[in-house]
Amino acid sequence: MSLIHYVRAFYGIVWRELLRFLQQRERFFAALVRPLIWLIIFAAGFRAALGISIIPPYETYITYDVYITPGLLAMIQLFQGMQSSLSMVYDREMGSMRVLLTTPLPRWFLLLARLFAGVLVSLFQVYTFLLVAYLCGVELPVWGYLIALPALILTGMMFGALGMVLSSTIKQLENFAGIMNFVIFPMFFASSALYPLWKMREGSWILYEICFYNPFTWAVELIRFSFYQKMNWEALAVVAGCTLVFLALSVWAYDPSRGIQQRKAMGPAGG
Amino acid sequence: MQDTAAKSRDGSEPVLSVEDVSYWYGAKRALDDVSFDVYPGRVTALLGPNGAGKTTLFSLITRLFDAPSGRIEIVGRSALDWGFKALEPLGVVFQQPTLDLDLTVRQNLRYFAALRGLPRAEADERMGRALTSLDMKERIGEKVRSLNGGHRRRVEIARALLHSPKLLLLDEPTIGLDDPTREAIVRHIHELARTDDIGVLWATHLFDEIEPRDDLVVISKGRVVARGDVETIEKETGTDNLGEAFKRLTGDKVEEVAV
Repeated sequence: MSLIHYVRAFYGIVWRELLRFLQQRERFFAALVRPLIWLIIFAAGFRAALGISIIPPYETYITYDVYITPGLLAMIQLFQGMQSSLSMVYDREMGSMRVLLTTPLPRWFLLLARLFAGVLVSLFQVYTFLLVAYLCGVELPVWGYLIALPALILTGMMFGALGMVLSSTIKQLENFAGIMNFVIFPMFFASSALYPLWKMREGSWILYEICFYNPFTWAVELIRFSFYQKMNWEALAVVAGCTLVFLALSVWAYDPSRGIQQRKAMGPAGG
Repeated sequence: MQDTAAKSRDGSEPVLSVEDVSYWYGAKRALDDVSFDVYPGRVTALLGPNGAGKTTLFSLITRLFDAPSGRIEIVGRSALDWGFKALEPLGVVFQQPTLDLDLTVRQNLRYFAALRGLPRAEADERMGRALTSLDMKERIGEKVRSLNGGHRRRVEIARALLHSPKLLLLDEPTIGLDDPTREAIVRHIHELARTDDIGVLWATHLFDEIEPRDDLVVISKGRVVARGDVETIEKETGTDNLGEAFKRLTGDKVEEVAV
């Protein structure tokens, strides 16, 4: 009992998620193809049209495909985070969320373990993508691949927790089209993923402001800086802060004495 | 009906005690002062038409959400005092299917055993035993997707028993199953209650799933309208079968009366 119970349950939750991930090869493939299209097609065209000047963390001129890689990694994680929390919604409808929630362990722990399992899946996707990108000629600093790992875990947690908050509170976001239109696309485009923020400011001040307050921007920058073995404290603070807030909100949403679960429960099974 | 704290005839303590539980969805009252007990070694049938509040009651007992009024104790533990630990002696078979279809029977059961903190070797041994008693042992390596509805249910029952619960909840577990499968499951659960001294709460609206020696809690529109063993309830309503008794108690407005 006690500690060993937590360890076993944690292991079980992560193991189940990995098994499920391995069963869904199409999903893995889709998660890989999406960023590769951006990298190979979009970046190739943009390389000619857009010059990136030397801005931190870069110390030399870089090509556009190198510039957008951190943004694409964040996009992979955002997709995975949303997909993972959506599957929690399906889990709830299918009932397996109920199996998880009747486990005699604290709910925050169960949700955190579930979240972490999703992050692990996103890391598989991220590193596979990096490998393919490397083969396509996108080379990042060698040590960056390792040093970025903690940053990627944190950003993965942030997106997973965000997905959990959204899916547990907003009914309309329970299908993927809604998530794509109202979460993934706006977050991705209004960020520093595709263009540096100073470039954005030249174009539109309002857009710059939106990008600046978009947590996705900070996740991208955290990943970008960590690849170059530099610490962006501002980004770390924003990402860590957002993660904590999203986590707290999702634990709150799943608290049995709060209203959210009960309102949800009314829908499918009334008896 | 003021005997919620009472002991059963043989003096055993209840494994589930529901006391004055009320529940509202907004302005709609789903449960109105519901009280009853479930005793070890016995099957208590929670009988009520669809929409009577059975699933709401199960959600409260499994702590999907908390009851704002009243008290629910599992083997003497209330979630108010014990928190998540109150759920330890509880095994549940939900109405919806809850297995991972793309995982094998073994993988599904191992996942659950891990959630309950069982060591791998012990989990495998218990899995073997539970599946054998349900005639499912040889299917342990199959994916759940390839099993039929009855077999899936049996796997869920085996899973609910892995951690040797003292209280087993089943929420209309035979929905969508053919008659022979239904009978087999009903028989098995009754046997299990007796041999393993488990208290079973079985929600249903089908009378043929109730055996003459079962305890009965009849609910209608969120209220307990009768409580006791089958014979007593038939006597109280002046009828000679459960179907008639049920009709009287729930005011004839039952869409699905399956006798």
